[in-house]
Amino acid sequence: MFAAALRESARVVLPVAAVVTGATVMASANDEVVPAPNYPFSHKGPFSSWDTKSIRRGYQVYKEVCASCHSMKYMHYRDLVGVAYNEKEAKFLAEQIEVEDGPNDEGEMFERPGKLSDVFPAPYENEEQARAINNGALPPDLSLIAKARHGGEDYLFALLTGYREAPAGVTVNEDAGQYYNPYFPGGKIGMPLQLIDGAVEYDDGVESTASQMAKDVCTFLAWAAEPHQDDRKRVGQQMLTLFAICAVIAGYHKRFKWAPIKNTKISYFK
Amino acid sequence: MQSIMLRLRQNSLFNVYVNHAEWYPSPANLNYFWGFGSIALGVLVSQIVSGVLLAMHYNANINLAFNDVEHIMRDVVGGDGLRYLHANGASMFFISVYVHIGRGLFYGSYFYPRITLWYSGVILFFLMMAAGFLGYVLPWGQMSFWGATVITNFFSAIPVVGGAIVEWLWGGFSVDQPTLNRFFSLHFLIPFLLAGVAIIHIALLHEHGSNNPLGINENIKKIPFLTYYGIKDLFGIMLFIVFFVYFLVNCPNLLGHADNYIEALPLVTPAHIVPEWYFLPFYAILRTIPDKLGGVIAMVVAILILLSLPFLDTSKIRSGLFKPLHFINFILFICVTLCLGWLGQSVVEFPFSNLSEVVTILYFFYFISHFRLTTQYVK
Ligand code: HEC
Ligand code: HEM
Repeated sequence: MFAAALRESARVVLPVAAVVTGATVMASANDEVVPAPNYPFSHKGPFSSWDTKSIRRGYQVYKEVCASCHSMKYMHYRDLVGVAYNEKEAKFLAEQIEVEDGPNDEGEMFERPGKLSDVFPAPYENEEQARAINNGALPPDLSLIAKARHGGEDYLFALLTGYREAPAGVTVNEDAGQYYNPYFPGGKIGMPLQLIDGAVEYDDGVESTASQMAKDVCTFLAWAAEPHQDDRKRVGQQMLTLFAICAVIAGYHKRFKWAPIKNTKISYFK
Repeated sequence: MQSIMLRLRQNSLFNVYVNHAEWYPSPANLNYFWGFGSIALGVLVSQIVSGVLLAMHYNANINLAFNDVEHIMRDVVGGDGLRYLHANGASMFFISVYVHIGRGLFYGSYFYPRITLWYSGVILFFLMMAAGFLGYVLPWGQMSFWGATVITNFFSAIPVVGGAIVEWLWGGFSVDQPTLNRFFSLHFLIPFLLAGVAIIHIALLHEHGSNNPLGINENIKKIPFLTYYGIKDLFGIMLFIVFFVYFLVNCPNLLGHADNYIEALPLVTPAHIVPEWYFLPFYAILRTIPDKLGGVIAMVVAILILLSLPFLDTSKIRSGLFKPLHFINFILFICVTLCLGWLGQSVVEFPFSNLSEVVTILYFFYFISHFRLTTQYVK
């Protein structure tokens, strides 16, 4: 009876499924955005950790290229310690910036060198200034950008390396600060191409091609959005193992306890 | 020692445990679908514990809320795990409850004499939806803000007083500080109401006992709950935890929306406003009806129609195992609901809007078809 019922339902369900699939294909063909490919970032697997060397290079790209337009308001210099730099190096990096602090005993604000607890400096005073300098476009804060866009770091990589000539029929006004990028929703982005071969000089000798820098900065941004991911994966896999073992024990115990019930024979007499 | 146990066993509270858990008479043939009630209860406890801990680090202030959630994620020890546990716990709650409801639909658990039990379940379902919706507003991301705006706006469909009701809900003229404040307060309250109604739910269950896969009266053969279902449910819960933890570790943001990692911007409407996945089938039904009031009514009726099943279903046989037509109908209903969920997050244009009209009708057809149709086939 089950088989018959299943066959019956399949007869109804399959055509519906076919229509639905067809509709999806038709609809996605309409979309104005090119979906980002799935890149093999080394941190993606359930058992893989961050590529800290790449994070270190990515921070350098952020600092030397992106930081002139993009803030990262949730990132402190201390966050770099133990991941991309040791404490001494991170302190040194922090000291390169000037931070307004105060008031002091005289009630005056004063400038001091940065400390580990300071956030990365923001390039603009406020949103209005940021827009005024960027032809009206607002460079978003990058702390959470890898989680705040569909496709995460795959999208970021595709975006950063995806600049090209506008195809025939699409007009972009470069004088008004518009650039063609098929991965950006709508295709016209207010950010010019940033990563050209050799834009930074890596201190570990890795050759700074555009795609290498894009990979590094994307790894850095993915880490910045999810800084405790390694810990969570480690603890998570331990818990997963623990609960899987508990499940096996519980399952075995259940079989044991239920054996008498499963072997009970119930007979009915008139 | 023995005398202590004896004294304890005479205690009236302990008696509740003895009569309603330890020795509670249960049917011998419940399958694993009957374990999802226990699982849902477990998730409710987990939500309350993780929620109380989150509330220790959270301020319901429109300027602080988003930063507080980031503070929990970055600076609170174990805070990322805590927050993901709570955010995904809501989804797990709905997964377990949807299976639980599906079990009731298939095996006919809504039939007399379990009508009040079925009704208390619908109240639980409404409360859960309220808790989930209110909670999603708290991190004050783009989807929080715009989801709150869209959903509270449903009330404006009510003739004459609708506009006034919406402003009353908002505590102002848009979703703003007063809204966030009261949503936090209510989000804190509702899980405890849920716990209360869950106790009533179990009390009502124990009045007539569990239904069973055969749907027949089994008072001739009952087995004590703790020995058998204690361990069986524990096994189910362990498997569910493995599934849950796998989710937390590997894809904690899969069920969320990327836009919610952008702080709420009242002047920037997101390209697509989508509610949480567990509302999507009902959201699809809402959008199918071109008229606003009609849409809201259809959406509410889509849930309330559960209440009519004990009366619409004229079958003399409870369990779907013995009703082939019901069996097909049920599988179709699952597919229809999944399809509605998928339509709920698609854009409103050809072919989705046209498809959703058909699928919405199929959704209601499931309930209406129980009147006579399946019964006659059985004869
Ligand atoms: C000259 C200033 C400038 C620099 C330097 C710059 N950006 Fe941008 N960026 C912008 C502007 C302006 C926008 C907003 C574009 C828009 O909304 O059209 C933007 C947007 C973005 C976005 C968001 C795209 C989206 O989906 O909304 C990302 C991601 C981004 N930039 C990454 C980077 C990275 C990584 C770097 C360093 C390699 C960088 N940017 C360097 C100006 C800049
Ligand atoms: C029925 C049980 C509950 C459900 C279904 C539920 C659901 C949710 C949801 C969906 C969110 C949004 C998650 C996010 O994206 O961050 C949330 C957030 C929150 N909830 Fe709950 N919740 C429940 C119980 C509780 C309880 C009992 C409390 C406190 C006493 C609580 C406190 C909070 C707080 C403070 C937040 C905001 C922090 C955050 O967004 O991570 N919740 N809840």
